[in-house]
Amino acid sequence: MGTLPLNYYLILSAIVFSIGVTGVLVRRNLIVVLMSIELMLNAVNLTFIAFSRFLGSMEGQVAVFFVMAVAAAEAVIGLAIVISVFRHRQSLDPQEMQLLKW
Amino acid sequence: MDLPTLIFFTLAALLIGASLLVVFLRSVVHSAMALVAALLIIAVFFVILQAPMLGVLQVLVYAGAIMVLFLFVIMFLNLTATEPWRVAWLSFAGVSALLLGGVLAAMLTETETPADPVAATELFGSPEMLARSLFNDFVLPFEVASVLLLVAIVGAVVLAKRGS
Repeated sequence: MGTLPLNYYLILSAIVFSIGVTGVLVRRNLIVVLMSIELMLNAVNLTFIAFSRFLGSMEGQVAVFFVMAVAAAEAVIGLAIVISVFRHRQSLDPQEMQLLKW
Repeated sequence: MDLPTLIFFTLAALLIGASLLVVFLRSVVHSAMALVAALLIIAVFFVILQAPMLGVLQVLVYAGAIMVLFLFVIMFLNLTATEPWRVAWLSFAGVSALLLGGVLAAMLTETETPADPVAATELFGSPEMLARSLFNDFVLPFEVASVLLLVAIVGAVVLAKRGS
């Protein structure tokens, strides 16, 4: 089934990536923002795998492996920060987190 | 329209629908469930593209471990306040995301890409090939990734500990 053109997969992941960007911009809940970031990472993973298949090289799959490891670390740290922020402010609205804003 | 094309477009429509649900559902738990669906469909795409090992890892690590962590935090915090939508900001973000998607899609349509996939062998994408490539050419990044995970574990404990 890899006989479909590579462009199809690239455009699909571009669309999913844009949806993830919308989520990061629009949502006002830190957890959903983190989930949108996971969505963007997965769109990029799909691009890596598609190129790996169409160029016949394993480097793309190795890259996806590392992206998964880094995404797991990012989710763990991000959620720990979410818990600690919620303890301080009782709210997860990124609009209210502007202590460092000049 | 032949069968592979039909399957591709069905899965693509499901994936885009699930991604839209992640962004636009009001409830956080519903968003998380839609994200699980999107991750599973991406795992199916991995298997289609001859990366079965990564498809399995996607289901285990992403749709399994990471999403359980998300759901655990959602239940732990027990969020009740619904977030307000702001229409001006929503339309601005929608327009910019549409622009980004349009530019990316146009660029990708223009780009020269290999039309025929390289004939893949039986072994391509198997755990053996992945491990061979991982432990021959990428040993140092692999070890760095393990240190990164250790740092993440320690960091999460320190950050989330009460009274730190």
